[in-house]
Amino acid sequence: MTTKRRNVGIIGVGQTVYSSHREDVNQPELIWEAVDLALKDAGVTLDDIGCVVHGNMELFEMVHQPDLWHVLGTGAYGKEALRVTTGGTTGATLACVGDQLVASGLHDLVLVVGFEKLQEGHTTGGITNMADPLWGRSLQTGALTGMTAQAVIDEFGEERAKRAAMRHRVIMDRHAMKNRFAHRRFGLTFDQIDDLARTSPPLVGELRMIHMCSQSDGACAVVMAGQEVIERLGKKAAWVHDHVTVHREETFTLFGEEKVKPTMRVAAERLFARNGITDPRRQLDLFEMYDPSSWWGLDWLREFLLLEGDAHLKMVENDEIALDGPFPVNPSGGVVASNPIGATALVRVAEAANQIRGCAGDHQVTKTVRRALASGFGGTYWTVLLLLGADPLPLPAPGGAA
Amino acid sequence: MSDRVGICAVAQTPWVQNLWGQRFQGLALGVVEDLRRQTGLGFGEGTGIDATVSVSDDLYDARTISNNALTDVLGAHHGCEEKVAQDGLQALTYGLAMIRSGHAQVVLVVGHCKESQGQSRNQVTHLAFDPFFTRPVGLDFLAAAGLQAQAYMARSGLSARHLAEIVVRARAAGAANPFTPEVTALTEDEVLASPLVADPLRQAHVSPVSDGAVGLILASEDRARALSDTPVWIEGVGSCLDTFFLGDRDLAAPWALQQAAARAYRRAGVSDPTTAFDLVELSDPYAYQQPLWLEGLGLCPEGKGPRFLDGGGAERANVNRSGGVLAGNPVLLGGLVRAAEAALQLMGKAGARQVPNARRALAHGTMGPAGQFHAVAVLERD
Repeated sequence: MTTKRRNVGIIGVGQTVYSSHREDVNQPELIWEAVDLALKDAGVTLDDIGCVVHGNMELFEMVHQPDLWHVLGTGAYGKEALRVTTGGTTGATLACVGDQLVASGLHDLVLVVGFEKLQEGHTTGGITNMADPLWGRSLQTGALTGMTAQAVIDEFGEERAKRAAMRHRVIMDRHAMKNRFAHRRFGLTFDQIDDLARTSPPLVGELRMIHMCSQSDGACAVVMAGQEVIERLGKKAAWVHDHVTVHREETFTLFGEEKVKPTMRVAAERLFARNGITDPRRQLDLFEMYDPSSWWGLDWLREFLLLEGDAHLKMVENDEIALDGPFPVNPSGGVVASNPIGATALVRVAEAANQIRGCAGDHQVTKTVRRALASGFGGTYWTVLLLLGADPLPLPAPGGAA
Repeated sequence: MSDRVGICAVAQTPWVQNLWGQRFQGLALGVVEDLRRQTGLGFGEGTGIDATVSVSDDLYDARTISNNALTDVLGAHHGCEEKVAQDGLQALTYGLAMIRSGHAQVVLVVGHCKESQGQSRNQVTHLAFDPFFTRPVGLDFLAAAGLQAQAYMARSGLSARHLAEIVVRARAAGAANPFTPEVTALTEDEVLASPLVADPLRQAHVSPVSDGAVGLILASEDRARALSDTPVWIEGVGSCLDTFFLGDRDLAAPWALQQAAARAYRRAGVSDPTTAFDLVELSDPYAYQQPLWLEGLGLCPEGKGPRFLDGGGAERANVNRSGGVLAGNPVLLGGLVRAAEAALQLMGKAGARQVPNARRALAHGTMGPAGQFHAVAVLERD
């Protein structure tokens, strides 16, 4: 359906260290750490940037229109500025916005900034506040839900399900141990799996503390540029091939008992269909997934990769998703390791881009990454899914027969 | 493939002070249904509305992810919906980028705000200030506006009489605008006697608290021509963010707006703004900002705003035939309602406030303390 007007690539990535408490910096200072690194990585200066795209969730820090204050750290002074937020998906949406601002020809170089300083608010309270004040708020428990754990247990049996979810968690921690930016780095080992499944404090049902994502302080900045600029700068880029945004209504029971297809599967079907992907595990090299808990990380593998039966469990049980495996998932450690919410989904895009550019550092995967997926999760099971590649898309010449 | 993006349809609720009996979802739904009636569009990628850009604010709605509550209404069942949380005119810019990038062909833009839901909108705008230096001294957007009004009046010679004239003119236009049914005309004496709220600003100098929703359909050129007999083209957009601390800015000069306007004019090919527009819809949440922003837009020389008004410039340039923000729109939606009004004018659908033969218009939005952020759009019909 879509024909991109102009190729857009990611040429710079900056991340802060993610941590539960960054009391040494205020919000703009935290953002500047990421922005400064992204500009240096891209080999450009603030003067080159045409537009700054900003996003986070206001009620976490209780700052109204925070891009106004954050201008001190984003470097948007005197520049065009756009603020877009979509809940947890914000960071992925920001990448889509940056892509479209450049692809449209409005800008040549865009700086995209995702941010959160969750230390300054109450995260679960903030998330609970998204529910309808009359119909949902007294029922919502932030992002904590045991439903997926129960569903996986019901389908595959308690022992196998719990082991698979915890194996996923341990794999993520082994990845996080190699990522110097990651927040939670425990040094977990596979022989702890049965112990952890029993002793980690339960949050809701079989969703336990160890399964759940952190609440982190941190910022991520990404420099996106048009093909002409990238060629002029001679930079290696991760190209934005396509993206799909799939939201759904907040009322889960709108359709009664009828099962609604998960947005993850809808997004993947749509994205793969228009990019000629029929066998994602072979045609794609890596996936940075927004996995707010290990149960979700496990379950959504099946949806995103369009798998059936227990293929997703086997991927985890056989360590296929490990960073030296055939289909690495979250070599960064994922969201269970680091979660500055407004930045989290942008970190997925940034990490996938770094893997393609070959500059992910100690957690660079062993295989060559030609095409990678990055996902965002937010709202009431919303999904944003991006496809990045090592090569620009073959586009018709400007003015050509498109 | 054309670069042009057109506005095909416009809908808005009446803007009134307290829609206590309606949820914001209901306001947005009315607008969406009106737009669907006008265009015959349904939701569906490739066949109808490809994507939705909403405008709202978590703090005004007191809901984390305020757009989450709207997905039922905005066609986002397995569809794309994204929220611009900034002056509403930026949703137009983002919709433009979506379509010009090739990612969508038809975009629905819907903004809502219920300023009445808070005890005071000053409580909301107070929270835009940093918690260390500027919150403790009690700043909010109203207090910042008072400081800017003092600075600008001292430099430009803008007087209390000027302010009264601006309000009288805006109120008269608002009283005649069917979308601002609660706005009544005021006399100069009534404005001059209105209670002081942030010296030198009086209550009547400040836009009233208001509730409502506004929406537009944007489409690529070929789709726009099929959807509307009177598409309005978005010829240029531009924005600029100034720095944060008021003391670091020259509050009496419209620097950021000059940058935003220059960008929009460059993209639209406007060389002389004094003659380029048949009408101007600008966001003036405070009366003194009307001449200051007219300077920033280049409709008169810098510092000469009061003289421009004395010479009947605002009337001649068809500034805010709708009444402007001063006659009642939520500040968050200021720029988007301005664009909607400008589009109605260019479509020839502005009723009694119609400017005859209007061909090109300017829409302006502002956000932040003392106009820290500005957005400008140049709209044009065939």
